[in-house]
Amino acid sequence: MTASSVAARSRARAGGRAIRVTGFVIVAVLAYMGLLFVSFQQSWLVGTSVLPPDRALPLALQQTINALSIGAIYALIALGYTMVYGIIELINFAHGDVFMIGAFLAVVLTGGIFGQSGDVTNIPFLAFLLLAALLFTMPLTGGLNMFIERVFYRPFRGGNRLAPLITAVGVSFILQNLALVVAGSGDRAAPQIFPLEWQIPVGGAEISVLSIFIFALAVVLMLLLQGFVTRTRLGRAMRATAQDQQAASLMGVDLNQTIALTFLLGGALAGAAGVVWGLRFGFVRQDLGFNAGLKAFTSAVLGGIGNITGAALGGFIIGFVENFAVSLGFSRWSEFVVFLILTIVLIFRPTGILGQQLGDRA
Amino acid sequence: MSAPAVRWSPGGFVPPETRARIRAFSDAHRSMSILVAMSVVSLLMILLPHVPPLSFLSTATPWYDSFANAGTFMLLAMGLNIVVGLTGLLDLGYAAFFAIGSYAYAFSNSPFSHQNLPFFPMLIVGAAIAALFGIALGAPTLRLRGDYLAIMTLGFGEIVPIVFLNLDKWTKGTNGISGIYRPEPLPILGEFTPITSFNYMVVMLFVVTVAMMLIYRLQDSRIGRAWVAIREDELAAAANGINTVVTKLLAFALGATLSGFAGVFNASKLTIVSPDQFYFTVSFTVMAMVIIGGMGNIWGVAAGAFVVYMIQAVLLKQVNAIVELLNVPAFNLGPIQVNLGAINFLEYQYLLYGLALVAMMLKRPEGLFPSSARRAELHTIVAPEVATAVGALGETPGADEDLGGDPGEAVP
Repeated sequence: MTASSVAARSRARAGGRAIRVTGFVIVAVLAYMGLLFVSFQQSWLVGTSVLPPDRALPLALQQTINALSIGAIYALIALGYTMVYGIIELINFAHGDVFMIGAFLAVVLTGGIFGQSGDVTNIPFLAFLLLAALLFTMPLTGGLNMFIERVFYRPFRGGNRLAPLITAVGVSFILQNLALVVAGSGDRAAPQIFPLEWQIPVGGAEISVLSIFIFALAVVLMLLLQGFVTRTRLGRAMRATAQDQQAASLMGVDLNQTIALTFLLGGALAGAAGVVWGLRFGFVRQDLGFNAGLKAFTSAVLGGIGNITGAALGGFIIGFVENFAVSLGFSRWSEFVVFLILTIVLIFRPTGILGQQLGDRA
Repeated sequence: MSAPAVRWSPGGFVPPETRARIRAFSDAHRSMSILVAMSVVSLLMILLPHVPPLSFLSTATPWYDSFANAGTFMLLAMGLNIVVGLTGLLDLGYAAFFAIGSYAYAFSNSPFSHQNLPFFPMLIVGAAIAALFGIALGAPTLRLRGDYLAIMTLGFGEIVPIVFLNLDKWTKGTNGISGIYRPEPLPILGEFTPITSFNYMVVMLFVVTVAMMLIYRLQDSRIGRAWVAIREDELAAAANGINTVVTKLLAFALGATLSGFAGVFNASKLTIVSPDQFYFTVSFTVMAMVIIGGMGNIWGVAAGAFVVYMIQAVLLKQVNAIVELLNVPAFNLGPIQVNLGAINFLEYQYLLYGLALVAMMLKRPEGLFPSSARRAELHTIVAPEVATAVGALGETPGADEDLGGDPGEAVP
């Protein structure tokens, strides 16, 4: 078999996979919408706020889009967890705080340097601002994550697995405290430069353009990541290192560089998530990273930790689950439901939805 | 980076023969040596707050108070040590059982529930309730390994406070249950009062001593060896006839029992329980205590818990006072003027705590007082960067082990 025919076949297989994944995503989103639509009409679920079908459908659509956008944020953070876990088997507890720093940096840029405080309706300027925020935040959070790895995790490499876990939480405390000292406690307003009034009216509900933007941005970043990991030399080095560090280094892979790169990419994605967090929720706080990080980590585990597709899938599932609880008026119980789902999934699939059996390491 | 060759050790100043004799005695008479050690510790605790530099920082009462609280964390750390250190199950949601124990006491002893049950029996009942929940959590996680178990327990640790927070009809939500009754007076020492905390310290010393004796006995028993066997290799343990299901559940249950004790004690001491006392920070702090103390080594973990609690809750709160006491003059650090007296260190508490954790882990990844087996384990592994720097295959034990040893089975 010639090399070109192998390449052609793998391209064809990749094409088939893309179609299957897209089909699955569409089916899943429609199924979720259907579920919401039906749930909105159940009096035993929503009590007195039962909606008639003609109002339930647009609302279901609106909530589905919201779920996709929050899921996208979780998925972006989860990718960093899963990549780091895949490569050095460390639960990087500081990752959520890197995301938090990203959210703060975006506020510093848009609010501080560009002096924006609200809607920017001039589309080219808005695009410039968003791009600037991403280009400012992503390298910095990526660099921060890389620095954390270099200073706090690398000394432990290859030995003890619990010590770096404690260090990771220690780093998380340090980052939170720094943010607390610099920005003060309590919510700080984040400039929502993306106009929230931009909505597409559908029936009685409005679909937020911002949510669509967040989802689209996340999908683009994930495709870029996927492309990087599967198509480039460095990506191949990353996968090889994740599979077997010793063998990879014997094949000439520079472990330090590859692991640093993994942290860089994970941090950059968390930074992007931080940028859109501020746009969507309009506030930043120093303990933001803990909850978001916990849910993102849950997403990564749910999808099968170490698996990039799994992290994205898990992020969206958590987004859906949380949105489901919130839409039906159980927002206080959303975390409970998230962990309940995690428990149920792990009972039946102990390695997550797409994960494969790992060795016994505690 | 490997650990430095010269190591500080707690017994560094004692001549080796004496140390060997002490070790032989303590191995032969475990419970006796615990009793002796704990009596020394008790005496120290009573005397320490009256020693000048310490008595300047605060009067005896706050010291007794923090000793009693440190005891709570020692119990928690010893309980988690059974799960993580002995059995090797990574549990990141341990505060959940602490919460359950605390709420159990709150339900049985507060004006809110119109109950006033006696303290000492409740200590047992609260622990039993926590143990039941330990089994309830243990059961679905039996198939999970390593970090999947970690996230599931983390989830449980998050769920429990949320449930207590949201079921406000029964738990008064965020406000928590307040006005919990204090324990009934002790025969000689008299009333439990918030003013002295001395009685709490005495009770805690007693509970810690008993718990430590029991755990040491358990560790050397059939169950203890089964736990260690599961930690080392679950498959091999099962193949050797250990019922891994029962043994793991027992580890969870006993771990939870100790945190149940701690919970009941804590609720009766604080006289208020609220969900925010049991968030992840607590689970994590206990985990840090176990790891810093030296995982698997029972007295090491207890000592580690004491050290970490004292750093976190006493030292970091007193940094301002200590700096004031030392009266460091303002000095110039290049263009920056540093005036330590003007800094409010309370703001930087978590920063300092984080730095302390990181520093302790970087300097002694095996913990302050590691068990001998674990120390040996950690110092034979060579980091892969060293292995790659050496470059030659099979020259380092780490590389040899990971590549599977036998070349015959690697090549088909």
